Amino acid sequence: MTGAEAAQVVLRLDRITKRFDALTANDAVSLDLRRGEVVALLGENGAGKTTLMNILFGQYTADEGRVEVMGRDLPPGNSRAALQAGVGMVHQHFTLADNMTVLENVTLGTEPLWRWRSDQSVARARLADLVRDFRLTVDPDARVGSLTVGERQRVEILKALYREARILILDEPTAVLTPQETVDLFATLRKAVAMGLSIMFISHKLHEVMDISDRIVVLRHGRVVAEMATADTDRHALAAAMVGSEISAPRVAPGNPGAALLRLSDVSTPDRGNAPGLKRVMLALRAGQITGLAGVSGNGQAALADLIGGLCVPESGRLDLDGQTRDRWSPRVAVEHGIARIPEDRHKTGTIADFTLTENAVLESYHKPPMSRNGWMNWGQAEAETQAIIRGYDVRCPGPDTRIRLLSGGNMQKLILGRVLEAAPRIILANQPVRGLDIGAVNYVHEQLLKARDRGAAVLLISEDLDEIMALSDVIHVMSQGRLSPEFARGSMTPTDLGVWMAGHGFDEGLAHAS
Amino acid sequence: MRLEPIANPGFARSTLPPVLAIATTVVVASALAMLAGANPFAVLGLILKGAAGSKFALLETLNRATPLIFTGLAVAVAFRARFWNIGAEAQLYAGALMTVVLGTGALPWEAGALLPVLALAAMLAGALVLLVPAILKVRFGVDEVVTTLLFNFIFLLFISLLLEGPLKDPMGMGWPKSERVVAEARLPRIVEGLRLHWGFALALIAAGVVWVIERRSTLGYEMRAVGLNREAARFAGIPVNAVLIKTALLSGGLAALAGFSEVAGLKGSLTLDLSPGFGYTGIIVAMLALLNPLAVVAAALFVAGIFVGADSMSRAVGVPTYLADIMLATALLLMVLAILLTRFRVVRE
Repeated sequence: MTGAEAAQVVLRLDRITKRFDALTANDAVSLDLRRGEVVALLGENGAGKTTLMNILFGQYTADEGRVEVMGRDLPPGNSRAALQAGVGMVHQHFTLADNMTVLENVTLGTEPLWRWRSDQSVARARLADLVRDFRLTVDPDARVGSLTVGERQRVEILKALYREARILILDEPTAVLTPQETVDLFATLRKAVAMGLSIMFISHKLHEVMDISDRIVVLRHGRVVAEMATADTDRHALAAAMVGSEISAPRVAPGNPGAALLRLSDVSTPDRGNAPGLKRVMLALRAGQITGLAGVSGNGQAALADLIGGLCVPESGRLDLDGQTRDRWSPRVAVEHGIARIPEDRHKTGTIADFTLTENAVLESYHKPPMSRNGWMNWGQAEAETQAIIRGYDVRCPGPDTRIRLLSGGNMQKLILGRVLEAAPRIILANQPVRGLDIGAVNYVHEQLLKARDRGAAVLLISEDLDEIMALSDVIHVMSQGRLSPEFARGSMTPTDLGVWMAGHGFDEGLAHAS
Repeated sequence: MRLEPIANPGFARSTLPPVLAIATTVVVASALAMLAGANPFAVLGLILKGAAGSKFALLETLNRATPLIFTGLAVAVAFRARFWNIGAEAQLYAGALMTVVLGTGALPWEAGALLPVLALAAMLAGALVLLVPAILKVRFGVDEVVTTLLFNFIFLLFISLLLEGPLKDPMGMGWPKSERVVAEARLPRIVEGLRLHWGFALALIAAGVVWVIERRSTLGYEMRAVGLNREAARFAGIPVNAVLIKTALLSGGLAALAGFSEVAGLKGSLTLDLSPGFGYTGIIVAMLALLNPLAVVAAALFVAGIFVGADSMSRAVGVPTYLADIMLATALLLMVLAILLTRFRVVRE
């Protein structure tokens, strides 16, 4: 965009720093957004994009730094002030009332709640103007619950525009859209920019960022690692900046691959809402080997983890354990067959927050001796086991009777590790095992996974952090839209190569790229 | 304003709000007593005296607490697994119905054999009544709050149908009332001459048994896990649906014991006013007890005491017995708020 440099700065983030215990989510992040400009905020999950936006929107208070809108300081920790200053946010997960009409949703909160009758004609006319000006076609009297995802997003944008937002922040807006809806959205955004709005576009899809933005800011581990004009860069340079290229060779000694312990043949699972299911996935997990699964989140990794973890069954295709298909497939069967599962969300899925460490430690083993006999728990045994885990896995805690919600994420993860690794599993499913952990805990988790590999376990490591994948994996797959790439040998791919696969390219070209 | 969880509430934080809740309840009751033109101190004193001021009053309170302990346990067990059983009233009547059907001469046995069979049959009936909503929930996702609540009305009308028809006492002078159960089907008094039957002892035993189940059995562990975090329970391999069904069977059985105990211990026959809402009051009892089975006994005594005391107070000074309902409702609402405040801190934006 010509003359962007001269244009007025409408939003300035100045050296924003936010720490969560030992984790620094944002490290002195500075960022300017000018009038009539689209700035893309690019970064992997966990890079600190969401934290930054939450600070801007008052959900969190920054430890250091300040936010300036239209040249004025924004009071910290105040969502309303951000709204009033003209900042509109379109969340990834919509904040709409399904049982109300589009018009009611758009005006909700702008009118007093208690009135004898509300005059909708003024609001209706304004909404019609916005729909026309921004080409956001949507029926004002339709109930939101009956709209498609793309239409709901339009309602979200209309909501922001109705509140006279001058700055639009879109958090992963295309994650839920079809390609055609994405084209329409971009048309709308270009209109908005032409009318003088400023847009912050958060994404990890490279081609979209290249398509829509004027400038690109790349976040990585909470820091701004690159800032460039879109015209001066290309997709490969962006991928390199996003995933980092400091580590290109594996850090650890290679494993000793053995037989395939678990094999998926042509497995498909149904899509779940906007999350793709698996699309004819072929995968073999070999003993003594870490298989890394890279990919942008929401591309079918959850479906794969659920399948191997016993929470769902293939719709078509086969899942073989030790060369045999299992008739019954459930979490308990998976555990009984030696699959250790480290879930993606240790707070919601991996542990029960109000249970003690002991109660959490026996979640997968309580139903059989020695933890229980004939339906009666042996709490003494359970506590002894927990003590062993606390010692063996260095869980820092007041004791086994502590409720696990009081532990830090790292210590919680160590307890989960202890729970699943004490049974000497043959297959380990580690889904984002170090997300949100501080560096010490990260190293600890990685050491444990390597140790398990070296004693012959087959490990599947699912991560969005390419560094982690490249450092630990013996072989790497990439997932995109539920499809699984061919197996890449360790060291055969650069981060940029993998980034291209992660962005969804290469699957069609097929094996030519892989070799 | 928003609520922020407190990681580790201190002693003051966890005791002060509940104490304040009870104190506020007393203040509200006093204000209402004054509004009714009575001396609040006299009213409160009379309630206390009426509930526990004499041997007779105390026994009356214990008798009244008996069905509340059972229904309170039924609700506490179900709520522990986040299975919202609002239908303890229907299950109570199912237990009473079974007691009357089998206890009016169908089984010509001695008391020692008959009473345990009646109790077990009653539990089975109550369990089956709750099994239907439980299956609807796990199979089709039907909200159990709606089904169990509506079942109360359906079941009471069903009882009414029976009492006007096949179960009607021919000697009942036209009242919708069943025949009386035989002498062998009556729960004896704990101490001869004192108006307190073995149902109360059974209730205490039930509370102990439920406590042991919750703390020591795998089922109790599963129930608590399912209640606290269904997703994590499912992930770990706990058969969530089976646990919900078992919980429903246990809960329904416990509520039915209230019906058994009221018929076999107190009333002797089945009428439509057998329960003045013991099933619903059980919810209050369970909530006041924070779902702890042993605390259910204390909460049931507290609630029964207020009811019995208010009856006696009302006769003495003419303040309506509704005061008891208001006191309980206030205590419940404030207690729920107090519990919230022990776990969360209010933060102003």
